Amino acid sequence: MNLWREAALVAGKDLRIEARSRVTLGQVIPFGMIVVLLFAFALDPDRGVLERVAPGLFWIAVLLALLLAVGRAFAIETHHGARDGLRIAGLDGSAIFLGKAAAIAAQLLVLEVVVGIGVIVLYGVEIHGLGVILLTAAAATIGLAATGTLYGVLAAGLRLRETLLPLLLLPVLAPVMLGATRAFEDGLAGVPGDAWPWVGMLSVFAVLYSAIGVLAFDALWEEAT
Amino acid sequence: MTTTTPTPSGRGVTAAMAPDRDQLLAPVVRRVIGWLTLVSLVALALFGLWGAPTDAVQGDAQRVMYLHVPAAWLAYLAFFVTAAASALFLIPRTRAQVWDRLAGASAELGVMFTGLALALGSIWGRPVWGVWWAWDARLVSTALLFFLFLGYCALRRVPAADPVGAAKRNAIAALFAFADVPIVHFSVEWWRTLHQKATVFNPELNPQIHGVMGLTLWLGTLAFTLMYVYLLDRRYRLAVLEADQADVELEQAILDRTRARSAHV
Repeated sequence: MNLWREAALVAGKDLRIEARSRVTLGQVIPFGMIVVLLFAFALDPDRGVLERVAPGLFWIAVLLALLLAVGRAFAIETHHGARDGLRIAGLDGSAIFLGKAAAIAAQLLVLEVVVGIGVIVLYGVEIHGLGVILLTAAAATIGLAATGTLYGVLAAGLRLRETLLPLLLLPVLAPVMLGATRAFEDGLAGVPGDAWPWVGMLSVFAVLYSAIGVLAFDALWEEAT
Repeated sequence: MTTTTPTPSGRGVTAAMAPDRDQLLAPVVRRVIGWLTLVSLVALALFGLWGAPTDAVQGDAQRVMYLHVPAAWLAYLAFFVTAAASALFLIPRTRAQVWDRLAGASAELGVMFTGLALALGSIWGRPVWGVWWAWDARLVSTALLFFLFLGYCALRRVPAADPVGAAKRNAIAALFAFADVPIVHFSVEWWRTLHQKATVFNPELNPQIHGVMGLTLWLGTLAFTLMYVYLLDRRYRLAVLEADQADVELEQAILDRTRARSAHV
């Protein structure tokens, strides 16, 4: 079996578990939506602040939801000897990384669509450059999923992992938060020219952390007990 | 640089790794560095408070720089040592517990120096800039650096059943954090381009520093570097003693258990 086929198997397994348990659909996405609502309470919709800061609020909601999605992605490996099962199946560590990251990315994309619609409807946002928005979301999501998977396995099996994961993951993701927010602002304003350096930075981040994940996941997967 | 006091450190649990080093520095070297640290810190206080002239623009507030700049420099050095030691640990040929402990000790000092640099910068910024905090590129990336390695230190504190595996995981985590530093730096730089250039390492601006001021800054850097080496040695030693203590406690617990059981019988 080659790497991509193995990765597709792992991604398929994770998405099948999601389809049956509906944790992302029933818990993580509603969580993202409640965050969007809470921001409106915090920033008072009448002041016109929400529309201006919508890109930042959108990515904060995605980032917080990512923490839950990553926790979930590794929680499903802890029961019924699932981890040993994957190990015995002879799957390559790189393939497990790519598969799990792809499954997280797929769930994040669904979440971004739902939360995005929420932001458009509730905050009264208008989009003037859809292409930039889509490209930014794609690059940022790959970066978020790769980094999340990497730190997810790092914290998996540790005591204190629930509190440790956000502290480890969020500072690393600060550049993604920054770049995706700036690129979204340019995309909403319809000045895509300003967004390309940010999209480039997000792409470099995504490639870098995907590469690190492919190389390092095996060692971390072995250590996670 | 020899090991002196024989301790049972790491016996058993670290059998998979190369023999351990009980002390980072030979006691003589450590003592000399300790005294040099003290002397240079006193000299820095004298020069910083009285020797160097008062800055024409910033007034006495500028004197904070004699601590702030060395602290920031040491923060970078400490994190670099953490990354280098972590890489050495991960390479099978050079794997030894000394690198793991060195990485941990250096990261803690790095977090301390980063925190110090941020706090001192804030104290300096209040009278000079008029604000405690500005969203300047270097401020923001330093704050992120602080949290990146604070997370690493938190990870190191998590108790683990398998010390070798934990050390490997910590080393990988340190390299992840280090890989993020340039990205953080450039993204924040793009975001906030109104930063001021470094003064000492900028050749164009160098002549603008008064001779004694420049000397004091270098003295501060020397004093802080010596202090870093000394504290690194002490923190390393503490890690060795902690491991010894854990071993002793474990043996005691086993002994107590065995005694209690034989008393029952």
